[in-house]
Amino acid sequence: MRRTSVTRALAFGAAVAVLAACGTGGEESPADAPASSGAATTITWWHNSNTDPGKGYYAEVAKKFEAANPGVTVEVSALQHEDMLTKLDAAFQSGDVPDVYMERGGGELADHVEANLVKDISAPAADVISTLGGSVAGWQVDGKTYALPFSVGVVGFWYNKDLFEKAGITTPPATMDDLLAASDKLRAAGVDPISVGAGDKWPAAHYWYYLALRACPQQVLQDAVKSLDFSNPCFVTAGQELEKVVKAKPFNRGFLSTPAQTGPTSASGLLATGKVAMEMQGHWEPGVMQGLTADKKGLGDKLGWFPFPSVAGGQGDPAAALGGGDAWAVSKNAPDAAVDFVKYLLSDEVQKGFAERDMGLPTNPSASGSVKDPALAGLLKVRDDSPFVQLYFDTAFGQAVGGVMNDQIALLFAGKATPQDIVAKTQTAADAEK
Amino acid sequence: MTSVVRRSDAAPHTGTGVSNGAADRAPARSAARRNASARSGSGLRTALEVLFFVGPALALFVVFVVWPVARAVQFSFYRWKGFGPLEDFVGLRNYVTVLQDDVFVAAFTHNMVIIVLSILVQLPLGLAIALLLNRKIRGQGVLRTVIFVPYVLSEVIAGVVWFQLLQPQYGVIEGILGVVGIPGPEQGWLGTPDIALFTVFGVLTWKYLGLAVLLFLAGLQGVPDELIEAAQMDGASWWQVQRRITVPLLGPTVRTWAFLSMIGSIQLFDMVWILTGGGPANATTTMATYLINEGTKRYNYGIATAASVILFAVALVFALLYQFLVLRRDVAEADASARRGVR
Repeated sequence: MRRTSVTRALAFGAAVAVLAACGTGGEESPADAPASSGAATTITWWHNSNTDPGKGYYAEVAKKFEAANPGVTVEVSALQHEDMLTKLDAAFQSGDVPDVYMERGGGELADHVEANLVKDISAPAADVISTLGGSVAGWQVDGKTYALPFSVGVVGFWYNKDLFEKAGITTPPATMDDLLAASDKLRAAGVDPISVGAGDKWPAAHYWYYLALRACPQQVLQDAVKSLDFSNPCFVTAGQELEKVVKAKPFNRGFLSTPAQTGPTSASGLLATGKVAMEMQGHWEPGVMQGLTADKKGLGDKLGWFPFPSVAGGQGDPAAALGGGDAWAVSKNAPDAAVDFVKYLLSDEVQKGFAERDMGLPTNPSASGSVKDPALAGLLKVRDDSPFVQLYFDTAFGQAVGGVMNDQIALLFAGKATPQDIVAKTQTAADAEK
Repeated sequence: MTSVVRRSDAAPHTGTGVSNGAADRAPARSAARRNASARSGSGLRTALEVLFFVGPALALFVVFVVWPVARAVQFSFYRWKGFGPLEDFVGLRNYVTVLQDDVFVAAFTHNMVIIVLSILVQLPLGLAIALLLNRKIRGQGVLRTVIFVPYVLSEVIAGVVWFQLLQPQYGVIEGILGVVGIPGPEQGWLGTPDIALFTVFGVLTWKYLGLAVLLFLAGLQGVPDELIEAAQMDGASWWQVQRRITVPLLGPTVRTWAFLSMIGSIQLFDMVWILTGGGPANATTTMATYLINEGTKRYNYGIATAASVILFAVALVFALLYQFLVLRRDVAEADASARRGVR
């Protein structure tokens, strides 16, 4: 068992080939069947809402679609998120991808498109794409749409209203200086100001992403995502701003090894249990915190949200937001009914139900009013008012580049890398990809 | 340090394997002579018999070991994301990338540090505890069990427990030290780059000391009582007996343990992955965490397999060198005694 790594990596290689053999054999029947018989089509659907209300709701949605489309069966697999990612990796390796699955967009999607695994749905879903508007951009490659986002959120600060009150902070910080002043007040009141799960790297990296968003003009960022050229000095500025934040020591003790969201001493756990006053995280945070507290309520009413503060002297739009989301994609060999199913998932009806159950932040504008949670509704407003939502850089650039970038940013948090290192190492990784 | 149960019984096996082979040869030869005089067809039958019995194991070995190794070597020559066709042949470039990567070089260094620390710390400690537990004392069985329990625990469970114990601010260890008045490091035991590797090593020692003690205790049972009694008759003190008789006779066991510990250290993965994930600031990366990170996190499967091939080569070279330079003596002795036994 312990010969591990080598053997495991190798055995995995073996599994890939074996699966590949099975995959091609199994895939043909569902794809061919509807063409010849016109009846009995089966769609496989993988999603990650494996707890209620999401699980039950999706089962209901699938039933409704089956009823409206006689002869079509939807085979639903509700998987735990990490499980789903692992299984999807294996599915991509084997080529036996479920008909409808989740895509996070950016470089990851571009890789899947390049490997010819995803269906171009620009034409059959044109009407839905125009309804969704700008949020589809993250799932387009070379002008073609490959997936329809059903939930897009933005990253911001989640905070504990009681602790803010205790420290005498009346309004949420609007500028970086306000934020650091607030954290000094919190420290003085005996509260750790901000938790960050730098052990997992990406939560720390989000700070740099946001500071780049504040430092760089929109055009520079959008060009960089395409050209992978980081020569604009604003990227170094972002790192310098980050150094200032780290030097001000607003973070929880031991943040370098703090995990993002596993266990009560993780960054989310510390916020959920009232040990820190705030944490910068995505829209999923309330759900994560509920799972980390014994009463399954998280911070409840005490939870507030404010957007990432503006930075003095930055060339970026202070309203620009960092975010990302999940989209339904259709695999290359899926039957046409799968595309219809995805369109149905983005319909007013399904998206409204999705929003009412607080399952995420709906992308269909008609469902925006259905979000009940006040913190999420505020976040939704910031998302809709922002001039553009920048997809998380690591997702946008793909993990080969994004992973290196996150590593360097985490090193800067540890005081082991300079702002220049982040840009230089990321550029090297990007050049290797070209 | 880290090691395999399977390996621990495989290593002594080579010793007995050699002696058995020598012992079995004689009857086999006479049987062969008998067969030759009988019918020529029985040679084929023997071959078929061998094939029948060895075949399944051989097939499994080829499918799950040889073929995957070959595939990994093949992958390591391509730039490959883990899906899609293998077509971007890059020759040895992945190897160059890995060997020039500071993170990999640091990871290799960490593996070496763990090897050296294991020998320097766990060997004397394990030996001392084994010698103590070999004396007739009350509660001997209980003490032996206590020492060995960590080794029986699943590595993942032990890792998660230690991770929680070592938490900064809220962890039990910091709580205890706080009572005594010693403040924990600012970033915590696992979060301070300069300390993290040693913290991990401390946990590894806790986990694997039991194996060393168990092996040494087993070795001590092989030290003949007559020798010790004779020495005592001659007026040797307990210390002298240990130094001049017990420890030298324990040599082969110690050398086997060191081999297991070394291979385990080179392949170190699980404990590091759970405690630190290679962080903070890459202070605890090992070759194995490097390759997992490149493969399953960044989808650089070409680079990951190149790193795995390098890891394999390093482990192989270390194993062969150790066999050749250190263990050969033990094997040669076992072989010689076995041969003496046949005659």
